[in-house]
Amino acid sequence: MTQRMAGGVLTPPASRPEVLPKTAKPRVRRGKAWIGWLFVAPAITAYALFVLLPMGRTVQYSFYEWDGIGASPWVGFDNYVKVFTDPELSGTIVNAFELIVFFSGVPVLLGLAIAATIRRIATTRLAVVARTVLFIPQVIPLVAAGIAWSWLLSGNGLVNQVLSAVGLGGVTRAWLGDFGTALPAVGVIGAWVLLGLCTLLLLAGMSKIDPALYEAARIDGAGPLREFFSITVPSLRQEIGVCVTVTVIAALASFDIVYIATQGGPGNTTMVPGLEIYYQAFVERQVGVASALAVVLVVLVLLCVLPIQRLTKEES
Amino acid sequence: MPRRTSHRGSLAGAALLAAALLAACGGPGGTGVQSTDTGAALTEKPTCGTQPVTLRAYYETGFPLPKALSDEFSKQFPNVKFDIREDQFAVITQNAPRVLADDPPDLMRLPQVSELVKNNLLKNLDGYAGVFGWDKWPASQLEQLRMKPGGGARGEGSLFAMGLNFSVTGVFYNKTLAERVGMTAPPTTLAEFDGVLAKAQQAGVTPITVFNGGATGGLAFPLQNLMAAYGDPKPVNDWIYQKPGATIDTPSNVKAAQHLQGWIKSGYFTKDANATDYAKMMSEFLAGNGLFMFNGDWESGNLDKKMPGKVGFFPLPAEKGGKVAAMSAPLTFGIGAKAKNADCAAVFLDWVATNETARKIAVEVGGSHPVGAADAKMPAVAQGTVTAETLAAGERISKDNGAMDFIANATGAIYAKSWTPQLQKLFAGEQSPEGLLKAVQSDYQTQVGS
Repeated sequence: MTQRMAGGVLTPPASRPEVLPKTAKPRVRRGKAWIGWLFVAPAITAYALFVLLPMGRTVQYSFYEWDGIGASPWVGFDNYVKVFTDPELSGTIVNAFELIVFFSGVPVLLGLAIAATIRRIATTRLAVVARTVLFIPQVIPLVAAGIAWSWLLSGNGLVNQVLSAVGLGGVTRAWLGDFGTALPAVGVIGAWVLLGLCTLLLLAGMSKIDPALYEAARIDGAGPLREFFSITVPSLRQEIGVCVTVTVIAALASFDIVYIATQGGPGNTTMVPGLEIYYQAFVERQVGVASALAVVLVVLVLLCVLPIQRLTKEES
Repeated sequence: MPRRTSHRGSLAGAALLAAALLAACGGPGGTGVQSTDTGAALTEKPTCGTQPVTLRAYYETGFPLPKALSDEFSKQFPNVKFDIREDQFAVITQNAPRVLADDPPDLMRLPQVSELVKNNLLKNLDGYAGVFGWDKWPASQLEQLRMKPGGGARGEGSLFAMGLNFSVTGVFYNKTLAERVGMTAPPTTLAEFDGVLAKAQQAGVTPITVFNGGATGGLAFPLQNLMAAYGDPKPVNDWIYQKPGATIDTPSNVKAAQHLQGWIKSGYFTKDANATDYAKMMSEFLAGNGLFMFNGDWESGNLDKKMPGKVGFFPLPAEKGGKVAAMSAPLTFGIGAKAKNADCAAVFLDWVATNETARKIAVEVGGSHPVGAADAKMPAVAQGTVTAETLAAGERISKDNGAMDFIANATGAIYAKSWTPQLQKLFAGEQSPEGLLKAVQSDYQTQVGS
């Protein structure tokens, strides 16, 4: 570093490019690399200690039968076999995939429509209000949202009151306590939470689209629908990718909304892997099975998310 | 760009693998050595001494009794102070083994003890029981807290925990609504009880408020009461204590489950029971929206305060009347195996059962029967209160030798993972009474076997 500074002072400006690259650059690079590691050392230590080590431990525990305290016999792949053969455990994975429809499908599709609408009225005050209202669920703690929704969806909650008021009293039920509707009802809560995030991300993406494109399309006689499908959606490829990735992870790894709204009930209809891991580890004290399910869940999330990343990242 | 990502990915993968290999040198956890703590006999009663002592205590949030007793104890023994930590019972249940292993409190509210004893986490109290005379109390009071050191069936062996009082469960009823449906006295047979349920329904009153939502299947209360109405409590207790060969799938229990299904089909329970939790059930009953509620005497004080004179209590009558049985369990407290002030904690537990003021607090604040010798002085209770009725019911059950532990306590996971989902299915018509008992028994065998 000092050498380069010294060189900068001593060498005339014109000759600098010729002299410096040969002698100083490699040395600077080596020094930089060494110092670079020093700079990331705290982060790497923390990452290794709090992320890599626990992950390694989880993998390790998944090969033992352990109650968290006592002795732990090695059981090989038995815990993994149990994850895939016990219908109670494999059922949770099926439930998680069903939740993807609500956690990803609804927010992304609805978010696109809403963002396109807001963009058209971007300069009005209504757009600001709409953006704020839609984003509020992201700000409210999930626990509070879960409790509020469980009241709304209860037997005499607002949802049923509204249904009765419009003459649909026949379909009212305790939405979170009914075997047929509990999982979709949890999905609706998730969709409500994630819609704001997706809308905002997509809106931000839309603001980067060159207005000239729209102008050109309009001159060519394209209507709003054609504009949406031919310009907006293709230009938002990356943003949609981010939305789908985030929401798919939220669906597969969901815990908090389900824990607050139904705790997996009634009769395991809303049991998801995240919640099952918690029950296995802390209620059943089967740390091995819980770890195996956790490893399976991570692999599953990666299997779902990596293709999405590849699909949306590639330049067309 | 993609190439660099995959390169970084493989690097992280390699690091992960390395961490896994490093960690995989041996299995986690202890060695599972048998405990040597046999609770050796003591020659003289321990004391709290005269030097300052701070008892580290771990209590349950929402139940004021232990705190009230601690305050009184500090008043009588000024050198003893309490350092109290509180948590919800569900949190205590999940954390108990870890807390007792890593940071053992002197005094702790405990869930079912069998898994804790198996891991040698609780102090064997036999020595204290001998020197304080706890083993001369009516045996049924502490039976649920006995186990062989190192594990096995519950119900006999060394004493591993104590009760601050013992609670009893049964049926609370709203006196105003009872009058409206023409119930003049508590029913004395199951058929009479069924009759009142039908009359309540005709009068447009919800016959039974119940909770069965989330991870807490409250239908276990009426189910177990019905088990006691149809059969002997002993086989049920054997099952809960994990005695070899015990089964819950017995003919009389099938009858009980069928009877419960009959109530469900008749629409006697809260309509959205599967979405109702304990707190919601309580607020429904307190608001006067239900004639009966299956619950325990821990609510007696609360009901006396919020609905004074308006609530009664009776144990669910047997099929043909006569002897009654019900869930009755000690409010379980234990001492950590490695607790620093075990002696003083034991003095506290003995004081709770023998000190007159403490017994009074146990009744007035806790609403339940104090533990202690059969001839120990009972605190006076105002007549006409629910507390008086639950205490009387407790004495009757103990006289009829009808105390049962709760079927939810058979194993650590049986409630959340078996009873609750199965009872929710029964309520929704997705499970038959026979199927319910078979499913629970099969889960029980896997859990007990492992």
